[in-house]
Amino acid sequence: MNTVNTEIESKNKTAILNPPLQGGQGGELSGSQAVLEACIAEGVDTIFGYPGGAIMPIYDALYDYNDQLKHILVRHEQGGIHAGQGYARSSGKVGVVFATSGPGATNLVTGLADAMIDSTPLVCITGQVFAHLLGTDAFQETDVINITTPVTKWNCQVTDAAEIPHVLSKAFYIARTGRPGPVLIDITKNAQIQKFNYEGYIKCDHIRSYRPKPIIRKEYIEQAAALINQAKKPFVLFGQGIILGKAEKEFKAFIEKGGLPAAWTILGLSALPTDHPQNVGMLGMHGNYGPNVLTNECDVLIAIGMRFDDRVTGRLDKYAKQAKIIHLDIDPAEIDKNVKADVPVWGDCKETLPMLTQLIEAKQHTAWLAKFNEYTQQEIDIVIQEELHPKEGEITMGEVIHLLNELTNGDAIIVTDVGQHQMVACRYAKFNQSKSNVTSGGLGTMGFALPAAIGAKFGAMDRTVVAVIGDGGFQMTLQEMGTIMQTELNVKILILNNRFLGMVRQWQQLFNDKRYSFVDIQSPDYVQLAKAYGIAGQSVDDRTILKSALKTMLEHNGSYLLEVMVGKENNVFPMVPQGCSVSEIRLK
Amino acid sequence: MKAEYTITVYTENQVGLLNRIAIIFSRRKINIESLNVSPSEAEGIHRFTVVINETEEVVRKLCRQIEKQIEVLKAYFNTNEEIIWQEMALYKVSTDEVAEKLKVERLLREYGARAVVIRKDYTIFETTGHREETDRLVEVLAPYGLIEFVRSARVAIIKASKGFHEKLKEFEAVEPAEELIENEFLDKADQVFTM
Repeated sequence: MNTVNTEIESKNKTAILNPPLQGGQGGELSGSQAVLEACIAEGVDTIFGYPGGAIMPIYDALYDYNDQLKHILVRHEQGGIHAGQGYARSSGKVGVVFATSGPGATNLVTGLADAMIDSTPLVCITGQVFAHLLGTDAFQETDVINITTPVTKWNCQVTDAAEIPHVLSKAFYIARTGRPGPVLIDITKNAQIQKFNYEGYIKCDHIRSYRPKPIIRKEYIEQAAALINQAKKPFVLFGQGIILGKAEKEFKAFIEKGGLPAAWTILGLSALPTDHPQNVGMLGMHGNYGPNVLTNECDVLIAIGMRFDDRVTGRLDKYAKQAKIIHLDIDPAEIDKNVKADVPVWGDCKETLPMLTQLIEAKQHTAWLAKFNEYTQQEIDIVIQEELHPKEGEITMGEVIHLLNELTNGDAIIVTDVGQHQMVACRYAKFNQSKSNVTSGGLGTMGFALPAAIGAKFGAMDRTVVAVIGDGGFQMTLQEMGTIMQTELNVKILILNNRFLGMVRQWQQLFNDKRYSFVDIQSPDYVQLAKAYGIAGQSVDDRTILKSALKTMLEHNGSYLLEVMVGKENNVFPMVPQGCSVSEIRLK
Repeated sequence: MKAEYTITVYTENQVGLLNRIAIIFSRRKINIESLNVSPSEAEGIHRFTVVINETEEVVRKLCRQIEKQIEVLKAYFNTNEEIIWQEMALYKVSTDEVAEKLKVERLLREYGARAVVIRKDYTIFETTGHREETDRLVEVLAPYGLIEFVRSARVAIIKASKGFHEKLKEFEAVEPAEELIENEFLDKADQVFTM
């Protein structure tokens, strides 16, 4: 070993492992080793994956990297990618997922679509058959690149090991910058095996055809500030852009200076503490009364890092027509996509918000804010009181969440699945800090919560993670209890069992004359099932012991499954019926 | 109101990009009338020319979705008034037929056609022009037994464009220069749509 080599080795002590570099120029590395070196260089600590034929060389290399990269063996690739999403959402880092070719890769598709629509940064690495077999219908060969093109921010196939460092540095850069999203890299088996002269890993910081941040135009900041300063009834809508842009502080300073009431989309939830006096609640179909009605009364609507999803806007031609719209977004394609902006503020909200805050006048909109509170009071009287504090009858989902708030004090990460329990949890869960709400918003992926909770826990080991799941969604990915068992992870599973596919049943009741078509779903004995996986648990249908059962769950040393039998035919209200304007929101 | 729009996209040369761009249209059930991929004036940069029939609003949104793709540098859209365009067509006819019944010379003169190949058994003509022009020759040749006809995609030059060389330099800079800030919301007067 010569001196140059020793120097390099000591410099890159953590980055270069096995085999040791062979010369001053770098060293011989296999494609597989280069993949793992890239992960280490990018600061990856956890990988969620599942091995298979076409990714075996990478798994073989992983055997030697076990002390630097924690690999979590999931039970299904969909579980792997949802775990990657949960990890990314709770940690703010890029989630990394490994899967093999063919079915391994196609099992990622739901998670990719979910991450795409919810802007979650992921790098997925799939094995692929040998390059010379591409297009021959080889065993476990599938055209992963073309299958995943519509659901990835970027994807790329690698057939030559020498390309791996460069392609992976691009992948991580693209996944985390700008509007984040999932990236998939498909690596043929020959490239994984191939040795090449590794010249070190250079982090990507520029791609000429990719501009992650649009340039901020001052005149728009000025126009936006002027509109806000003139406004009598300004109203802020915020989405996940605040969290992705790590601009929670900047956002809080902005609304506090302007005295602006702010409502959230479900992905924006937890960007602002839920008990902040200017946090007026949730937008959209099952959102709060005030924010929906007053959307059609405000004079200036300030949308920040949100994309005017149809579940938020209801009927578009009756949406905030009276208001001037200011839209802050990092993605130029979002401006004017659904709602025409009067003032588009392109850019990273971490930068645009402080600029805006500087230009707006310090104000209080007391009367206007009071109006939200009046609507809140009506909502409490007609919906919330009964949901959170029922005196008799079946347990409601709302009271479970309410008791959970009392016990966690809003410090837990709440991961939700999709359906009624999701809406109830988002409506009533209390959050003190950002990156605490993990849910499948845009795609509405049932089965998301359990694996996402596993990932969320790995992304924030010091925090309590509670997965709130319906009886339908839990049965879609319950095999991931095996992952919990093997990793001895501490995840709380709270099943709200109404013995129905509740949201679909609610719609069938309200809009299909109670024709309950295939929503009557049976459940296994979840407590027994959990027990089989070595997870403690209990089932509760008695209100008097609900709180102590939740306490037991939270205090249990390790994972715990608590099933709560809730009202069979309870509905989530308020509700903006499909095709109606947000101001036509129903309280019952 | 729907109209014919020509979308010009400058891109990197990357496998799979054609699919990425094509699915932006197919996802929205928009039919591509014509699609051409070629090198551009800038080295290493490819140029897609896509013709569709849509409203300006839809075309504007499509262009934003196209520009969102990592390997796309720029997407412009233009009405027919704003571009110079050509399509090329090839016609194969029996040499006997045209020689006997139709004066080849007359064809060449009247339709600006060119004989590419003249063989004993067949002759191949070529014309370039707008669709109406290339279509006209099809009509004329039809009675004489048109054996084969094929027309290329549209290629178009944007009248107001100054080419892509300068723009490319701006893209290559790590930090984009101030002057390249463009905005379609204010700069409506600009004949060329840019984002």
